[in-house]
Amino acid sequence: MTFTMPIANRRANRSVMPGFGLTLGVTLLFTCLIILLPLSALFFQLGQLGFGDYWRIISSDRTLAAFRVTISAALTATVFNACFGLLLAWVIVRYRFPGKRLLDALIDLPFALPTAVAGIALVALYDRNGWMGMLLAEMNIKVAYTWWGIAIAMTFTSVPFGVRTVQPVMESLRTDLEEAAQTLGASDIQVFRHIIFPQLWPSFIMGASLAFARSLGEFGAVIFIAGNMPYKTEIASLLIMIRLDEYDFPAASAIAGTLLLLALAVLIAANIATGRAGRHLKRGV
Amino acid sequence: MHPQVRALVRRRRARRFVLVIIAVAFAALVMGLPSLAIFVRAFSEGIGAYVASINEPETLHAIRLTVITALIALPVNIVFGISAAWAITRFRFPGRRALVTIIELPFSISPIVAGLCYLLVYGSTGLVGGFLDQWNVQLMFNLTGIVLVSLFVTCPFVARELIPLMEITGRDQEEAALTLGANGWQTFFYVTLPNIRWALLYGAILANARVIGEFGAVSVVSGNIRGETMTLPLQVQLLYDDYNVTGAFAAATILAVIAVLTLILRSVIEARHPHVH
Repeated sequence: MTFTMPIANRRANRSVMPGFGLTLGVTLLFTCLIILLPLSALFFQLGQLGFGDYWRIISSDRTLAAFRVTISAALTATVFNACFGLLLAWVIVRYRFPGKRLLDALIDLPFALPTAVAGIALVALYDRNGWMGMLLAEMNIKVAYTWWGIAIAMTFTSVPFGVRTVQPVMESLRTDLEEAAQTLGASDIQVFRHIIFPQLWPSFIMGASLAFARSLGEFGAVIFIAGNMPYKTEIASLLIMIRLDEYDFPAASAIAGTLLLLALAVLIAANIATGRAGRHLKRGV
Repeated sequence: MHPQVRALVRRRRARRFVLVIIAVAFAALVMGLPSLAIFVRAFSEGIGAYVASINEPETLHAIRLTVITALIALPVNIVFGISAAWAITRFRFPGRRALVTIIELPFSISPIVAGLCYLLVYGSTGLVGGFLDQWNVQLMFNLTGIVLVSLFVTCPFVARELIPLMEITGRDQEEAALTLGANGWQTFFYVTLPNIRWALLYGAILANARVIGEFGAVSVVSGNIRGETMTLPLQVQLLYDDYNVTGAFAAATILAVIAVLTLILRSVIEARHPHVH
């Protein structure tokens, strides 16, 4: 015996939850005006440019130099943070020691600290009168207003990615496997290589690519310490600003579009490589 | 204890000690020292100079502008975050997954690129800006532009806290309230809100820190008009470029203190309400 509900009843049952029109309306309006419209404007501008003009802008010496500086510094910062992120996550997850909570809080500081403050702080530390600056000057090493300053600034702002992406996975590692391997005579390095790292690598790659994407676009922390010399220490973001000040919208858009696609390509590639999509980072950016 | 075991324990302890020292040294060098350096520089000419530079009219104006921006951007963020979470978790509709992805987009877009996008739409030569220009309405290079771009940068924060939480809590309690005769608003205020309030606060605190500290995007759309469209982070740069070092570092300490307060509040919420993250 079949029993079917009357149509009217079924509809009432489905629409018991109110507010669909209102909330979706608000959400879509906001999403369109705040997110989609501005982003599509950039692609529209790029579309109007035509490939020839785009290529001319991108292949100019100054733009290429800016991209070289940006990408090389971002890579350096990323490698640094991927390795130290692993170490910091390990220390926080596995050990107990005095000052652990402070260390944990310090890791998130770059998320909360305005980038301009990070930038000015690094100058205070590395310029001629700064503690590190004086120390390094004795060794004839110059950080402030050089490429190294850019790499350090990018390192500062992307520390949390390297740690916070790996940390949850590290917390869920099965220690029984490690113990079993050790009782079977595996060395610590073998345990790390064959048991720990295979479980960690997706989050390790994800954290590194997030750090890299963030470093590519970093502006506030970098410009204070970079010296901003064209061809030498000028980052792509700053060149966009300079082109905007000259009202050269096509050039600014070409550089911005390239920077944006580069960052998205890295994130998408990492998502595909690690076989996961969408939500990966549990904390704010 | 067996000598071999003792050796193993000793090796383990030594390794722990070395790793902890390296980790702490890295954190101290990369993050601790720079933070300390801000305060040392700000007070290098004494408390008097510090207080005087905070009391400069331009710096006070920048503080006011930053507070106003946050006061406008936060409620909008909260309304948007709740709306998005309600629509996405309480209903099924085509494009739901895409909407979640779109809301997360601003996190992967660099501030300067975001600012440029806004100029292209809302600037006087842009699609919307050009349209409004006929009536002499200008959106960029003033408070409106600063608020708009701040919204872009922070809109994912509240939504991304609420969506997973409301997904987990489900619709049962709300449906029960509705069947007992509560209307939609009553259901929201008495059933939904108590469940999500800590996650809401958490997202709002993070969004707030970001609004106050946003530099690149605001720098592009504000026009950097001295004494007018300078938020506090921009004022830091202006003072620094003017060689007013004490002034720049004094302004930076205000922002640094806000950042530290944000972290403290955040860890308090995390400690009390583990389900929020």
